[in-house]
Amino acid sequence: MQTLTPKHDRLLIVFLLLGLVILAFILTPLLHMVFGQLISNRSGLIEAVNDSAVIKSILLTMYTALTATAIAFVFGVPLAYFLARRDFPGKGIVESVIDIPIIIPHTVAGIALLTVFGAHGMIGDPLSSIVRFRDALPGVVVAMLFVSVPFLINSAREGFQSVDPRLENVARSLGASSWDAFQRVTVPLSARHILVGSILCWARAMSEFGAVIVIAYYPMIAPTLIYERYISYGLSASSPVAVLLIVICLVVFIVLRMISAGWRRYDRD
Amino acid sequence: MIRIEHVSKDLGEFKLDDATLHIDEGEYFIILGPTGAGKTILIETIAGIYRPDSGEVFLNGADVTNILPKDRQISMVYQDYMLFPHLTVARNIGFGLRQKKVGRSETRAKVDEIADLLGVSHLLRRYPGTLSGGEKQRIAIARAVVTEPAVLLLDEPLSALDSRTTERLRAELARIHKLTGTTTIHVTHSFEEAFALGDRIAVMCGGRIIQVGTPDEVFRRPNSKFIADFVGVENLFRGRSVVHDDISEVRIDGISVVSSTVASGDISVSIRPEDILISKREIETSARNSFSGEITEVKDMGGIVRAVVDVGVPFVVALTKRSYEDMELAPGTPVCIVFKASATHLF
Repeated sequence: MQTLTPKHDRLLIVFLLLGLVILAFILTPLLHMVFGQLISNRSGLIEAVNDSAVIKSILLTMYTALTATAIAFVFGVPLAYFLARRDFPGKGIVESVIDIPIIIPHTVAGIALLTVFGAHGMIGDPLSSIVRFRDALPGVVVAMLFVSVPFLINSAREGFQSVDPRLENVARSLGASSWDAFQRVTVPLSARHILVGSILCWARAMSEFGAVIVIAYYPMIAPTLIYERYISYGLSASSPVAVLLIVICLVVFIVLRMISAGWRRYDRD
Repeated sequence: MIRIEHVSKDLGEFKLDDATLHIDEGEYFIILGPTGAGKTILIETIAGIYRPDSGEVFLNGADVTNILPKDRQISMVYQDYMLFPHLTVARNIGFGLRQKKVGRSETRAKVDEIADLLGVSHLLRRYPGTLSGGEKQRIAIARAVVTEPAVLLLDEPLSALDSRTTERLRAELARIHKLTGTTTIHVTHSFEEAFALGDRIAVMCGGRIIQVGTPDEVFRRPNSKFIADFVGVENLFRGRSVVHDDISEVRIDGISVVSSTVASGDISVSIRPEDILISKREIETSARNSFSGEITEVKDMGGIVRAVVDVGVPFVVALTKRSYEDMELAPGTPVCIVFKASATHLF
């Protein structure tokens, strides 16, 4: 006779130990950098906080990432809903297309975007009298949008898929239009997924570097600024800015996570 | 009241093939069929969830084929309740009224009234996630009925429930129908539900409607082998039961049948043909039910013979071909039939 529990426990313990390795791998560099900075070079951090170029770049990063997320939301959420509700030939291909920005190197994404949005590009050229993408704010947004929109679409689609379409049918039979049913039933039930997707999208947009520097080195977003300081002045000049960025990002994400965690979950009764 | 004319709809996995159905005002109409027969598509098409590929749907004489679900006044109840998990019970029930812009106090009054009728008043502040299946289905029914729909569609409303709850809710459905008189279309794969509740029954298979009629017609005279096999039950009767000393006595068209199942009121009765004994003379047994009549019809099914014995109502009796021949039975032979009270199933 085998006893079940100890074996079961042993498996979980082994898995936990393996998992702790990867957790340590993620946390060690981050904590080392943050605390190293706080302990050995606090003045550098204070300098960074008072450096208007640093603050400007961080604010610019947050703002452009937010713009990219808003655009992703307006166009991505409807697509997510459509994909969750309809089957059609080639749907797998469409879904793969959405994932392309995740799998290609981001410098490649930047170059591809530049060929279209550059001054002589397919979109950049006709729009050149109204808006400029190369080395301009719209370029930053375009690059961020390209690499971050898959996260919002995929998360929102998962959320919509978790809502039984028959809930919408019931709502519609009770006098709701498709739009009412979407608003009053589907959205509240998938709000958590949409919010989490938006947070991921925004986070991904803020952390984008490769695609952004190709299309718009200036105006300088925080990751570009950190890179530039590292190249020009070395580690000690770049790490205070990096620490500042990490702290701000973490605070924002923890707050958003807390908000979304507080929302009622309906996907498990 | 509802006319469905030659409606077809192909959803790939499920389909509806040239369905024509006329349902009268106030009728309790059953759509009976096995899983995958296209029953759900049929009622979702009536509700307007799908547009038929061809054919028309008429409601009170008006063509509603292209009318949006919200403008049809047809409410729907699904097997697995489909309560809105993010809304309280009260808001679930009031959902349709709110959509129809009914005032707040009127909504509350109507919700209270219907919750009272269905015995869910104590649950109004709760969320659906914590309720039992029976409670959820009562709420789903309340939510559908409160808007006073022209037609109530029930898609396997009792199939997800345990048998006791099923029985209770079945009685509840009959009561609500009697009270409101709402035209009701009830989809099921259970012949018991069909027989107990239906004014008329349509049997579906493979997307087609293959027989429409009263329960008696469909169960006693199935027009195809499929229905006979699917329904699979003979000796189904409706009667009125009175209980004394833990024994039910059911009056069926002039005869009286005794059952050890305790249930009173208007009720359905079934006795399996295999549970009935046949003899040429009156015999004394412990069985409580004994009737005399004569054989009116004989069906040879290979090793088994099914004889119809008319004792005031027709009973189907199954016996082996060997016994049938040894006893020298034939149509017209006067016989006695005997079955035990415990073989008499009431539902």
